[in-house]
Amino acid sequence: MTTKVLVLLGTRKGAFILESDAERRSWRLRGPFCETWPMNHVIADAATGTIYGAGGNAWFGPAVWSSTDLGDSWTHSSEGLAYAPGEPPITSVWSLALGGGRLYAGVEPAGLFVSDDGGQSWTEIGGLREHPSRPAWNAGAGGLILHSIVPHPIDVEQIWVAISVAGVFHTADGGKTWEARNRGTRADFLPDDQRYPEYGQCVHCLVMAPGTPNRLYQQNHCGMYRSDDGGRSWDSIEEGLPSSFGFPAAVHPRDPDTLYLVPLNGDIAGRFMPDAKAAVWRTTDGGKTWRDLREGLPQQNAFVGVLRQALATDRLAPAGVYFGTSSGALYASADEGESWTCIAQHLPAISSVETLVLEG
Amino acid sequence: MSEETFAPPVHVRLPALFAGLFPTAEREVTLHARTVAEMIEALDARWPGMRDRLCDSTPAIRRHINVFVEGRRVTLDTPLQPGARVYILTAISGG
Repeated sequence: MTTKVLVLLGTRKGAFILESDAERRSWRLRGPFCETWPMNHVIADAATGTIYGAGGNAWFGPAVWSSTDLGDSWTHSSEGLAYAPGEPPITSVWSLALGGGRLYAGVEPAGLFVSDDGGQSWTEIGGLREHPSRPAWNAGAGGLILHSIVPHPIDVEQIWVAISVAGVFHTADGGKTWEARNRGTRADFLPDDQRYPEYGQCVHCLVMAPGTPNRLYQQNHCGMYRSDDGGRSWDSIEEGLPSSFGFPAAVHPRDPDTLYLVPLNGDIAGRFMPDAKAAVWRTTDGGKTWRDLREGLPQQNAFVGVLRQALATDRLAPAGVYFGTSSGALYASADEGESWTCIAQHLPAISSVETLVLEG
Repeated sequence: MSEETFAPPVHVRLPALFAGLFPTAEREVTLHARTVAEMIEALDARWPGMRDRLCDSTPAIRRHINVFVEGRRVTLDTPLQPGARVYILTAISGG
């Protein structure tokens, strides 16, 4: 049986695909796809091999692209991907997720849509924007974006989403009603006596540990957190990290205690990797301790950042780990982060990294 | 016979970038429409999805799309005269 490993990139100027085998030593790059639109997130359905791309173009608006032939040809649609007349129009699609046979899309301004026909048509899950906190949602540097969608792997009624700047929200009834789940996460940009609000936190990335749906991790603008109760409460796990600031987080494909992060030097310090030395940080005990992984990564003059959706793992053993920089380089590890190789460079700014492993 | 065919014919030139977005679309097309909005609906009927590329949900012509009729920039409400020549252009934008 032949294993094919695809790394899917969303960039500021189109989608790209890197392809290798199970060894993950040599890579072939294809692209740009999607008419060089800014692509915020590109994912794949492992069951069908269909690739979906989320983007938005200053001329032509938001759309979800799809390819059923591993990127050779693409179509686009935004049918139903719209708010009511008179509301601020959707500018772009920011995030995608598959769950329970449905395709979800998070958009800017923040809202959640679902498609039951593979992205050809969309319906808003309107309950989210009816949450009483909605008037207090604020735009961050990337806009008012719904950037993380985490469907429950078994219970199709449950979904977590993360919005910047609004926080984490959870539904247990398929999206009709939502509950803010931010207890224990800080908002350092608020006065001292308002640092732990019910909502309004600047969450940067939300992920679920494999096999344990109540174990969530979030990289926040103000800290790194773990929840073991589905987000009802959060505990800081930033001790031992060089910075509490960063964007992405990626879970291991099998171990719920292993998590990868890319801490940056601070929100008003350039948002580079600390000391201009590139490192991915890994915990293997749920965030109690952290270790920096640097072998093969540039250790001088690395003034690079990694955006919120640009860190991923694959499902092979040992797991592959990948991150793309906002300066257009992609680094890969085929040994769970122990050593790294630059497998592409000189690309447009990389917005997202995801993987697809196919056997055939 | 559809209502569209009772409207007067107009001649539309589509953006060059549509060659990639709508591979089956012709660069120039004759449609029947009384307004710019009707013209875009007719385009969407012929090539589904084209309306969403040209208009947002306001509804309005997208900010970086310019529609010219007889040399003048127009809006969705603008009437079209029989035989009007319509140019749909992408604005200069980006970096």
